[in-house]
Amino acid sequence: MSGDNEETQTTEETAVDDKEVPEKMISPEKSEEAKLKARYPNLGNKPGGSDLLRKRLQKGQKYFDSGDYNMAKAKIKNKQLPTAAPEKTEITGDHIPTPQDLPQRKPSLVASKLAG
Amino acid sequence: MAGPGGDMQWCFSQVKGAIDDDVAEADIISTVEFNQTGELLATGDKGGRVVIFQQEVENKNQPQFRSEYNVYSTFQSHEPEFDYLKSLEIEEKINKIRWLPQKNAAQFLLSTNDKTIKLWKISERDRRPEGYNLKEEDGRYKDPNTITSLRVPVLMPMDLMVEASPRRVFANAHTYHINSVSVNSDNETYLSADDLRINLWHLEITDRSFNIVDIKPANMEELTEVITAAEFHPHQCNTFVYSSSKGTIRLCDMRAAALCDKHSKLFEEPEDPSNRSFFSEIISSISDVKFSHNGRYMMTRDYLSVKIWDLSMESRPVETYQVHEYLRSKLCSLYENDCIFDKFECCWNGNDSVVMTGSYNNFFRMFDRGHRRDVTLEASRENSKPMQVLKPRKVCAGGKRKKDEISVDSLDFNKKILHTAWHPQDNIIAVATTNNLYIFQDKVN
Repeated sequence: MSGDNEETQTTEETAVDDKEVPEKMISPEKSEEAKLKARYPNLGNKPGGSDLLRKRLQKGQKYFDSGDYNMAKAKIKNKQLPTAAPEKTEITGDHIPTPQDLPQRKPSLVASKLAG
Repeated sequence: MAGPGGDMQWCFSQVKGAIDDDVAEADIISTVEFNQTGELLATGDKGGRVVIFQQEVENKNQPQFRSEYNVYSTFQSHEPEFDYLKSLEIEEKINKIRWLPQKNAAQFLLSTNDKTIKLWKISERDRRPEGYNLKEEDGRYKDPNTITSLRVPVLMPMDLMVEASPRRVFANAHTYHINSVSVNSDNETYLSADDLRINLWHLEITDRSFNIVDIKPANMEELTEVITAAEFHPHQCNTFVYSSSKGTIRLCDMRAAALCDKHSKLFEEPEDPSNRSFFSEIISSISDVKFSHNGRYMMTRDYLSVKIWDLSMESRPVETYQVHEYLRSKLCSLYENDCIFDKFECCWNGNDSVVMTGSYNNFFRMFDRGHRRDVTLEASRENSKPMQVLKPRKVCAGGKRKKDEISVDSLDFNKKILHTAWHPQDNIIAVATTNNLYIFQDKVN
């Protein structure tokens, strides 16, 4: 494939490699798409549509329901509340979020290193 | 000045920021912007801080050394917030900084995070009053009974102090995340754009703003595109453009209607449907749109290319430049590691003859429109000796890798240059890597 940096014209889709496909010209994009579909067979047909956009619009959403939290506390009584694994970024499903799950957002007290 | 490919050479000038590899999230640079004269250079970061650099007055005795940029002011612009009603965490990351044209001794800039825009005043103080009647020099109050005479306090020179103060806070006007801010040429109004709406503000009025574009569908299930960037025309105060995640740009005229949902012009390049793939729409999403200084063209940046559009021709761009076409055969992994969603910006030089944008591996690209030349340069600490000339870089897409070339698989996709800025008059550029700011200038012979 000509990945030539010096191209200044619009490039058409070009063949990946002459050795690979003698008869048909498969664009690199389409072969990448085939790779992706092979790894994730459940990938939806409308990728640019609602799912991706909805995810983008929902950035920053954190969920903490004090009602759920207190109910869970009451049920478990003396036992420890389940705490989230440190790697989890999204808390959904059966897990009851605790105040510890919501990272404390503190303002930066340190000056920017660009000014140092 | 000659073009960047052959005649012009770029030299390292300065680098700002920490050297260590362990980058704190707060230090990630999120925006870079020169003011209209190029004397001031502002950066914003993920930690909500703004740092402003000022160009020193040129040293006439040593003309081979271009003036340097030194820290002028730094302040905390935005702080993290939590919207309890919506369970929404509001990042303090500065998405955009835009300077206002200077009207008096003070400087003004707009800085915005996802939800709130602030107008900051940066002013200098180099004098202070001395000789108060009722206070000692250290501030303690005198016993009035000991005062026997009156004197007039005098203004005495002091060390320069630069103060930043928030003059306006424009809040609560955006349900979605603000991606752009643009000051109108009328110097009275500005627009702010989020994923679905664009609002028009008056710089003096914070409790009201006009909604001028609303693309939110009645049923969110029908959402097909979002607004990715917006900008006012540099001279026509009634004209602005906004780009979308589907690769289209709409030009709107505020004289036509109060709500500019109906565009005046729609810029869209026709696509060959047989070439369409899963990735087509994602890589066509426009991450930045910038008018040329002369107001006749606009430039858009999508994932793989930069396109120049003539405002009088909607059917297709007049120029297209491939930034890193070799990535087209890596789209699968770039989708998996989310890099395909990276939002690169682009910029024009002062006379609109050259455009610049960033790439991966701390590479950045310049395209000389007139001479049809382009060059790939690298911002790295290894090339940071004073006035060291930057050597052009080359990526090898496949086949035999020549000496000095780097293969696509060796590129570091964590080293992305998303933000670059070009001095409005001179050949001085500011290039932001993850947490460092590089300043390069053309070689002065």
